Amino acid sequence: MKRFWAFVRKEFFHIFRDKQTLLILFGMPIAQMLIFGFVISNEIRDVGIAILDQSNDVATQQLTDKILSSGYFLLEDKLSNSDEIEEVFRRGKVKEVIVFEPQFEQNLVRTGKANVQIIADASDANLANLISAYTNGIIQDYVNQKNVLIPKPMQIIPEVRMVYNEQLKGSFMFVPGIMALILMLISAMMTSISIVREKEMGTMEILLASPLKPFQIIVGKVVSYIVLAFTNAVTILLLGNFVFGVPIQGSVILLLLECILYIILALSLGILISSITDNQQVAMMISGFALMLPVILLSGFIFPIENMPIILQWVCQLMPAKWFIIIIKNIMLKGVGFGYVWKETLILIGMTILFLSISLKKFKIRLD
Amino acid sequence: MISIRAEHLYKNYGDVQALDDISFEVGKGELFGFIGPDGAGKTTLFRILTTLILMDKGQATVEGLDVVKDYRELRSILGYMPGRFSLYQDLTVEENLQFFASIFGTTIEENYELIRDIYVQIEPFKKRLAGKLSGGMKQKLALSCALIHKPVVLVLDEPTTGVDAVSRTEFWDMLKKLKTDGITIIVSTPYMDEAELCDRVALIQHGQIMKIARPDQIIEDYRKKLYAVKTNNTYQLIQDLKQFPGTNTAFPFGQSVHFTPIDDSFKINNLSAFLSQRSHQNINVQKIKPSVEDCFMELMAKESVNKRQES
Amino acid sequence: MVNRGPIIHVRNLVKKFDDFVANDNLSFDVNPGEIFGFLGANGAGKTTAIRILCGLSKPTSGEIKVAGFDAYNQVDSIKRNIGYMSQKFSLYEDLTVYENIRFYGGIYGIKYQEIKTLAEELIEKLGLTKYRNTLIESLPLGWKQKLAFSVAIFHKPKIVFLDEPTSGVDPITRRQFWEMIYEAAHNGITVFVTTHYMDEAEYCDRVSIMVDGRIEALDTPAELVRIYQTENINNVFIKIARNPDRMTVEK
Repeated sequence: MKRFWAFVRKEFFHIFRDKQTLLILFGMPIAQMLIFGFVISNEIRDVGIAILDQSNDVATQQLTDKILSSGYFLLEDKLSNSDEIEEVFRRGKVKEVIVFEPQFEQNLVRTGKANVQIIADASDANLANLISAYTNGIIQDYVNQKNVLIPKPMQIIPEVRMVYNEQLKGSFMFVPGIMALILMLISAMMTSISIVREKEMGTMEILLASPLKPFQIIVGKVVSYIVLAFTNAVTILLLGNFVFGVPIQGSVILLLLECILYIILALSLGILISSITDNQQVAMMISGFALMLPVILLSGFIFPIENMPIILQWVCQLMPAKWFIIIIKNIMLKGVGFGYVWKETLILIGMTILFLSISLKKFKIRLD
Repeated sequence: MISIRAEHLYKNYGDVQALDDISFEVGKGELFGFIGPDGAGKTTLFRILTTLILMDKGQATVEGLDVVKDYRELRSILGYMPGRFSLYQDLTVEENLQFFASIFGTTIEENYELIRDIYVQIEPFKKRLAGKLSGGMKQKLALSCALIHKPVVLVLDEPTTGVDAVSRTEFWDMLKKLKTDGITIIVSTPYMDEAELCDRVALIQHGQIMKIARPDQIIEDYRKKLYAVKTNNTYQLIQDLKQFPGTNTAFPFGQSVHFTPIDDSFKINNLSAFLSQRSHQNINVQKIKPSVEDCFMELMAKESVNKRQES
Repeated sequence: MVNRGPIIHVRNLVKKFDDFVANDNLSFDVNPGEIFGFLGANGAGKTTAIRILCGLSKPTSGEIKVAGFDAYNQVDSIKRNIGYMSQKFSLYEDLTVYENIRFYGGIYGIKYQEIKTLAEELIEKLGLTKYRNTLIESLPLGWKQKLAFSVAIFHKPKIVFLDEPTSGVDPITRRQFWEMIYEAAHNGITVFVTTHYMDEAEYCDRVSIMVDGRIEALDTPAELVRIYQTENINNVFIKIARNPDRMTVEK
């Protein structure tokens, strides 16, 4: 046992003396969180609009006020005729033009119907969808308010509510994704590089020629990186909670246990990679491309799996990150207990056992 | 008492025959050298003996233990110093030593007496990172790490390569002292002059052992007559010797050129006259005893003649 | 040849890394066509000095002229006029013999037609005709080194820098290599070589021995042996180069 701890101690020396890598290991989660949190945002704020009010009456004024006071929009221009619409879009600051027909209020009062045209710049289709939906929502709201005073036939008015993430806050989406990404990166990439580095430097030779069992070498590396990765997981959760307000509705213990499971899975992937190559750069590339990119693209982190072609959807089922993100989201946002995530947990356990056994088998007791 | 025995070892990597029928024995407490250039097979052989790779054919035992089946036991009694002194660059001298001591289940204090003479030279730098040591110091540290668990057999793979002449000399002094502790030591080196510091040597080239003997025996067995020729212009001398009809081989050797004649009809005066005609001055031709390097080169030449005859 | 002065001129070269003085006031000259041996223990400062002479590193202070060019602001001209070969890297393992020659010829600005002719000549001279289209990684070490040297002087530079070029090579090939060096010097190329084989130091016209960042000895091998009253350069080295505690800054 003493030999084993001597080995673990050495690993910690390596980790803490490599200042550059340390910076990345601890700085990366923080940087990622901040980038995703503050810079990338699919929420609407201060989008430029222009209004062509061909009626200029009380109703249009009330509607305009309501739209502008929402905080989503900023009035860039008031247009005087429809010829100006194309020009104002070309200039780029305006993403949406709202056109009120002439005699708006009169039509509304007399016939109960009036027309509003929402023209959105769809060169950014996502944004166009969002802002037209928001605008529509505000208008409907106005209509409903007005309707309260007028008796009307029964209608079924759909009421949409976003559950678990009322404001569709982006942060609720990306915190689980970042955890999956970073834990995979640290565990798999760092472990594989660490093992391959020993091979490259020649120290692996001496280790193998010593009484230290290969099993002890692997576990020694794994233990040191578990501690590191776990620290990172906690950092991300704390940042998510205190800076971005992401709640942890469910059991924290369960959450941390699932994190540890995922970390061990990623670590065994790292060991597997290290048994394929003797070159640090190759190890880094394999970890990067084979692990990081799929996590970003195929785990449901950014792009919804349901939108992908069937074949890719099947591939996504193979991504450990996908299952992990489901588990994390369920525990954090829905507050469920183990009873609801046991299926996904079982899948992760199965994958872990698979990778661990393959990598243990492949780890050579000799250099050959 | 035999410490190491190898029988008909073969190992190839793809097309390259790294070891081609290697057999030898090393006695207990012997300082045995493998002398040969890069690619001769020294590292491959040492890796087989230290249980790190498997041979294709053949058998080997160290201290009676089979290198294939008994690898676990062997790994606790071997001290191995691979090429490039594999040390942990980002650990200090002290930390490196402690680490290697612990993975062998011992402490620095337990066997300190054994490494003391070596370690005292680097002890003032024990807090320095191994990566910041000079070549000579790395060498001493690597040796200390290989000895710290009091191995029965010490395997040193090119411990003096790339290290300056002073450190090399000091290193061999340390090895000689270790012999008195009864440790069997096998060393590989490309430096032919170091052969003379061993009890016995194996001259190895292209995966084959050309000769195994005591250094003085190797020199005695050298059949040809050898002369050292010196003039004021070495470059011109080499060119002219190539044109001298009686020349078998002519190779630069430090201050002079080592010359072997084709047959016994050679007379020094003929050569001196020839060189004098070619405007050489300060001509000096002397019969000399060969060094191990001369012997190695002769064996090499013989081997390539054999190869040519085979093909 | 207009310029008959020294081809390498160094006066009071100092190179510091923070507080550490790697080169401490070096002064020496190398004459055209000379074989100059640059010896010293690891950590003595050899690699640092060579890097400066090759234009790979800037000196902290001192006057350095290589092939007539200044080591501070005419580094590009220096690089065009020198050749370099080290044991660590010489040729691309995954290119063939011919491809390597063509590549290096190209980057030194030799015209394609000329490269073709010179390359074929060289390949034949080295006896590598059978291996013209063989990858370097398949060649034995000795042939690699000989080819690497030939490639280093392919563009007929004024000076060629050799960093431990014969490390690990068998004794016969080593000597064949030195015959090639002799021939190059005979043809006017200055050879600046470092080595750990002390017998090779004896092949040089002059030898300098660096200790602790300074040049402790500089003279012909014969003179050094006489001054230090020993039999050969190996013993001269042992006499003056004792110094175990200097740390390695260079790799």
